Amino acid sequence: MEPQLSVRNIRKRFGLVEVLKGVSLEAARGEVIALIGASGSGKSTLLRCINLLETPEAGEVSVGGERVALGAGRRDAAALRRLRARVGFVFQSFNLWSHMTVLENLVEAPVHVLGLSAAAATQRAEALLARVGLPDKAHAYPIQLSGGQQQRVAIARALAMEPDVLLFDEPTSALDPELVGEVLGVMRDLAAEGRTMLIVTHEMGFCREVASRVVFLHQGVVEEEGPPATLFGAPKSERLRQFLARVRD
Amino acid sequence: MEAMCAAAAAASEAGSPWFFNPCLVLSEAPRWVEGVWITLHLTALALVFGFVLALPMACARAARAPVVDTLVRGYVYVFRGSPLLVQLFLIYYGLAQFGFVRDSLLWPVLRDAWWCCLIAFTLNSAAYQTEILRGALVATAKGDREACAALGMSPWLAARRVLIPGALRRALPQLGNETVFMLHGSAIASLVTIQDILGVGRLVNGRYYVVYEGLLTAAALYMALTWLVVWGVARLERRYLRHLAR
Amino acid sequence: MEALIGAGPLLLQGFWVTVSVAVLALALASVLGALAAAARLGGGPVGRGAAAAYSTVVRGIPDLVTILIIYFAGQRLVNALAGAVGLEGVDVSAYAAGVLAIGFIYGAYLAETFRGAWLAVPRGQIEAGVALGLSRSRLLWRIAAPQLMRHALPGYANVWQVLVKSTAVVSVIGLSDLVGLALKVGRRERDPFTFMLAVLVAYLLITAVSGWALARAEKRLARGT
Repeated sequence: MEPQLSVRNIRKRFGLVEVLKGVSLEAARGEVIALIGASGSGKSTLLRCINLLETPEAGEVSVGGERVALGAGRRDAAALRRLRARVGFVFQSFNLWSHMTVLENLVEAPVHVLGLSAAAATQRAEALLARVGLPDKAHAYPIQLSGGQQQRVAIARALAMEPDVLLFDEPTSALDPELVGEVLGVMRDLAAEGRTMLIVTHEMGFCREVASRVVFLHQGVVEEEGPPATLFGAPKSERLRQFLARVRD
Repeated sequence: MEAMCAAAAAASEAGSPWFFNPCLVLSEAPRWVEGVWITLHLTALALVFGFVLALPMACARAARAPVVDTLVRGYVYVFRGSPLLVQLFLIYYGLAQFGFVRDSLLWPVLRDAWWCCLIAFTLNSAAYQTEILRGALVATAKGDREACAALGMSPWLAARRVLIPGALRRALPQLGNETVFMLHGSAIASLVTIQDILGVGRLVNGRYYVVYEGLLTAAALYMALTWLVVWGVARLERRYLRHLAR
Repeated sequence: MEALIGAGPLLLQGFWVTVSVAVLALALASVLGALAAAARLGGGPVGRGAAAAYSTVVRGIPDLVTILIIYFAGQRLVNALAGAVGLEGVDVSAYAAGVLAIGFIYGAYLAETFRGAWLAVPRGQIEAGVALGLSRSRLLWRIAAPQLMRHALPGYANVWQVLVKSTAVVSVIGLSDLVGLALKVGRRERDPFTFMLAVLVAYLLITAVSGWALARAEKRLARGT
């Protein structure tokens, strides 16, 4: 069966620094992959390359059969937008549109990218708000919400596109410690539903519990990958051992 | 020479509407020098006198002195809210109609266009500088004031030695803007017969029936003076705002 | 005073000329400012150079000089063009020259305002739209523009207030604006003081009313901040 998400041989450099040195990754339907690694290992860049917020020098991304080859040369803008619409992205700093209400944030893309009617999009948005536990916040502006609530809205915004794959870029790093739990709770529910997810995170406990596979990135290459029990229990690579010793304490 | 230039102008003007005759500009060199001097003189005096008026007004506003604060606010509002040209016309054309003005000791001053310009420009600049200085004074860190008090400085000593010098440094960029504003604003003096830079430019245009020579030369001179001001202010900022640089 | 009241309808006409010149000039300045800001931000070396030159030239020359140059040079240009095609020259309207000149001048200032506002929009706001697959035009109009306006409005309001006052000099090129009419009638009636005072009050009125309106608009745009 074709994997839901496949990334082949992605290369990306910023100036002289090669951040990704040919990374490949596959996720089957319903798989939850945790990307871990020290800061600067390239894990956020990899995520941003997958829905082309960054343009890699080389490689190929395919999502649910929609394939985009990257690198030099012109790309098909429409194919690019189709790909992005199939990939949900949750940012570290939420990036909710500050001049729109929560509901407007959720309705915007389904109406103008997918072509849903306003009524259908609103209905979908309200259902999603209920699912992330914020049914009464539809008409609030983002600034009126706590960080945890904003991130839950941002997750709902990504879900409103009914994406094939959800990407999370350190979704809890910008949150006060007491608000981390509510966001992880929502993500846990999504994993249980069988969503395909790729998560960059520093929450090792969460990885161990929810991830079906963990990928350890080091200096732009996949250093080690496997089920969480093996990876955390018996790391093979010396670098992974060092990394885990540092984050564990 | 004059006749030669005029002839050259007439000959070439007929040929090309874009012809620029540098001869016309050069032959009037002494006038241009005088025009630059008048512009600089007027601008500088207006800025200095404006500053002298503005500093106490700004202090009164920053200290929220009762009554004075309201009066100053009204003054600033009127002079910043209306065009400088209207203020100048009010003084130049308006005051002369009153018998008591014509009979007063000040009449020799008020009948003179140059003095009218200076008065209008000074009053206008004082209003802008009051706002600039007030802002800088209010922005003075509370910690600065408390440090002065803790060292046993009297309010007057603190103002003189610490608060006003600090505020002036902070106000430097905006005072630079005000200098450019006044330099450009002073061009309206030419509308009441003053032979400043623009006045000379219009004179040259009128005398030789040309369009570009006078105005473009005036524009170039104003631009050069503007750059000089900007450059000078940048140097002052480098010297006095070092503590803000990283 | 009676003379002033008698001249009321005429002055009202002048007032209308002044206000309409200001509003039309603002519209022109907004277009020029947006173009120059766009050129500055993403126009390549040529666009950036042209935008920088525009700003430097305009900021270096007094409004009055620019207005005179545009008026006289514009007349020359029209005459030359008409002559080239064998037509008789037409008079350039002082009104058009005034609007053109003031719009041209304040476009340079608005370019700075717009550029700053664009840079003040957090990148994440745009990225979120890109990640959701919004089209370029949708991103621009639905996400960037409203936020840009929010950041630009204080500067925009400021430019408007300065622009309004600069309209006073259009009387120099023979336009029958408020200042020009009031000076003419005031001197004829031997009461220029009262007439100029009325003009001053009229300008204060414009700045006060528009200041109030802009403050309200700022409040509206500040939704969600």
